[in-house]
Amino acid sequence: MAVDATRFSLTLSRRTRRRKLVNLLMQVLATIAALAAVAVLAVVIISVAQRGASALSWDFFTKTAATFGQSGGGVADALVGSLVLVALATAMAVPVGILIALYVSEFASPRIADAAKLVLDVLNGLPSIIIGIFVFALLVIGSGQAAWKGSFALAIIMLPLVARATQEVLALVPSTLREGAMALGASRWRTVLGVVLPTSLGGILTGTVLAVARAAGETAPLLFTTSIAANAVTWDPRQPVLSIPIDIFALAESPDPADHARAWALGFVLISFVLVISLTARLLLARYRSKLER
Amino acid sequence: MSARVSAVPSTTAPSLSSRRRLGDRLGDGALHGLTAAAAAAAAALLIAIAWKIFDVAHPAISKYGFGFLTHQGWDVARNKFAALDFIWGTAVTSFAALLIATPVSIAIGLYLSELAPRGARTVIASLVELLAAIPSVVLGLWGILVLGPFVGQDLEPWLHRHLGFIPLFSGTPENAGILVAILVLTIMVVPIISSICRELFVGVPTELEEGALALGATRWEMVRGVILPYTRSGVAAAVILGFGRAIGEAIAVTQVMGAGHGIHWSLFATGDTLASRIAEQYAGAAGLQVASLVYLAAILLVISLLVNLAARLIERRFTYQRTGGS
Amino acid sequence: MDADTMQTVAPIEIAQPREAPLSASGREAVFVTRGLTVSYGKAPAVSNVDLSIYRNLVTAIIGPSGCGKSTFLRSLNRMNDLIPAAKVEGEVHYHGQNIYGDGVDPVEVRRRIGMVFQKPNPFPKSIYDNVAWGLRVLGMKDDLDSRIERALTQAALWDEVKDRLKKGAFGLSGGQQQRLCIARAIAVEPDVVLLDEPASALDPIATSKIEDLMHELKNEYTLVIVTHNMQQAARVADMTAFFTLERTESGGHGVLVEYDETPKIFTQPSDKRTEGYVTGRFG
Repeated sequence: MAVDATRFSLTLSRRTRRRKLVNLLMQVLATIAALAAVAVLAVVIISVAQRGASALSWDFFTKTAATFGQSGGGVADALVGSLVLVALATAMAVPVGILIALYVSEFASPRIADAAKLVLDVLNGLPSIIIGIFVFALLVIGSGQAAWKGSFALAIIMLPLVARATQEVLALVPSTLREGAMALGASRWRTVLGVVLPTSLGGILTGTVLAVARAAGETAPLLFTTSIAANAVTWDPRQPVLSIPIDIFALAESPDPADHARAWALGFVLISFVLVISLTARLLLARYRSKLER
Repeated sequence: MSARVSAVPSTTAPSLSSRRRLGDRLGDGALHGLTAAAAAAAAALLIAIAWKIFDVAHPAISKYGFGFLTHQGWDVARNKFAALDFIWGTAVTSFAALLIATPVSIAIGLYLSELAPRGARTVIASLVELLAAIPSVVLGLWGILVLGPFVGQDLEPWLHRHLGFIPLFSGTPENAGILVAILVLTIMVVPIISSICRELFVGVPTELEEGALALGATRWEMVRGVILPYTRSGVAAAVILGFGRAIGEAIAVTQVMGAGHGIHWSLFATGDTLASRIAEQYAGAAGLQVASLVYLAAILLVISLLVNLAARLIERRFTYQRTGGS
Repeated sequence: MDADTMQTVAPIEIAQPREAPLSASGREAVFVTRGLTVSYGKAPAVSNVDLSIYRNLVTAIIGPSGCGKSTFLRSLNRMNDLIPAAKVEGEVHYHGQNIYGDGVDPVEVRRRIGMVFQKPNPFPKSIYDNVAWGLRVLGMKDDLDSRIERALTQAALWDEVKDRLKKGAFGLSGGQQQRLCIARAIAVEPDVVLLDEPASALDPIATSKIEDLMHELKNEYTLVIVTHNMQQAARVADMTAFFTLERTESGGHGVLVEYDETPKIFTQPSDKRTEGYVTGRFG
């Protein structure tokens, strides 16, 4: 009976106690790791916000930098430059990206679709500085920098992001929808352009927005293609323009604390833009996906 | 459409439908052709990138050959260039960053898939992923002006005092250097690896987890015995992808690594990676220096192509195993 | 092969007369549930169950789908703890201890009360390591090889796998995988083995092997099996509990209708609902 009593006992044995302790320790470590990641995010955002928010003013957004040797001034040229660069890059990357996605999901055989996805993934995995060097070698050597060349480099970065996001959304479009359209006698291209694409518009849009967020923060591709610019606001894509990331990169290396303040302020603008739109896009995407999957 | 649906036999019907069909065929063909051309353009772009980079690097490649990879020194004044210093810098920073990031990312993945309160899971997961959305130039700015001084004035002196007998922690503490670069790279790759890990862990079949727990295993024992072995190759692919990201990061590393050269054992020393050297010296470079910088880019390109292909192949094999194995 | 089958069958032939006059009342109760209700969210899945399960018997739980059989079974070793919304009320006494009581750890509970699932779920490891894993985790590392051989023999799998112990478990057939899972469960020397429709994913030959096995195993363990197959319950079980779905305005929940010796349940049930079910008139 005494043997039975320990055999059926549910109180923790010493060994189980030790195992439970190891388990607890590991759970604590995992929790700490996750908290640490969130804490780093918070520390980065807070330190940028603290140092950057105070420098924001009307002049900061509307004036260009003070002439050489003087500190102060605004960053209007960088803001406009970034706007031009990203808008142009979006215009280049989005149509091509959607076409690639349509090819992969609607026309290609599984094998070719697989290969195309691999190409996109490899393109996405290339360091952005490689893209910068490529555009530099292709377009800049011999003829100089220009905003459109920078946009071209950004477009190469956006292309796989847009194409992959679109392709994934297209894959979610229920086949019953396609079949329904086909059963009405609609041709393939009408089905694709009239039914499949409009259904996926929300997903494509959020994918594009995420790509824009990424492009807006890219520095390396612009370094070689549009980084040396006149100290003036220009909307002309044939001229080299300044941009927010390039400006931060340059100001951070300056010994002048006033330049650091401007770098922080620009960093704050950039980080707010990027975080807000990627957060919104993620939420929309999640909602959109669950709607399609239902 | 209406002509075909209301298929009333009439004399005009056949001609109408054949015209329609011609239009459809043209439309289908045009869309198919256009999309195929776009896909082909993406492949061509990849080839063009490789070709152009080797083309511009050619003067340096033909002058130095593979010796470029095994020699040290970067002397602009004497027009002598070699890559070993930067290959070393890239290897040290990337490997060290992964050494820290891999266990941390796996832990985060486990927390998010197994431990976190259900309601908070997606929120915490997206916060971790947001870390990846911070532009590298902003992280670099934070790295040089906030993290750097902390490392140079607090962390490194502390390490030096207590662990100075290890060559890694010898030398003079600096605000910029290899250690800061390692930390910044760690911050960059953790969200990438951990979000893949989370998806992998969530994908482990519940039956397997229950099987382990029904034997009287603790959660951690289940993780070690079932979840980690089951997802091993996927986690490896994630780490390789993280490695690809770490070796290619130019901007933040340039900002925090302090542009040194030479091969040092001390983590406090300044240094340069392949990518950061290119980013630093692009301006005002000419002649052989340009070719040598692009030669550095070519090395980076080859490594990152290999790394990406390897990761994707492992990933595919893993998916195949998962769907075909059980 | 034939000789083996003979050997496994033979003891049952002898056991039959001993089983016939068997009465549960003379045996020690392993489980006693009192007012056991398990809910997912707000809706109870199974409600107010009072049931005693006796040592070294096979107890079958039968009933139409949705009657809460599996939920009840999973509440006996706290597997329901893993489902976030699950809530357990009432008591489950195991040898007199409430397994939901204060200071009782589910890890210790599951170590005593093993489980075999509907779908064979071998670990992605070798056959050997599938059985060895639980032993290693629980610190039963002495004589690992002989423990593994014993468990595989008990599970009637040893002869089929002894030459490929280091091969992956996924290479086995479904029936072999399920017997491996049984070996894995009994290797750690539990007191009770819960089986949740263990043969529902298997072909008839594999099923009959599992059923033969249960006759063997009850000499050493207490077995509780959930099954949707009445013939199976009639073949393997000493005691049978019939659950049904009681419809209410908000849906419905499982209740225990009748619990008795298996022959009685199938030949002279005392409740109309049981009679309807076992004669195939409803459910």
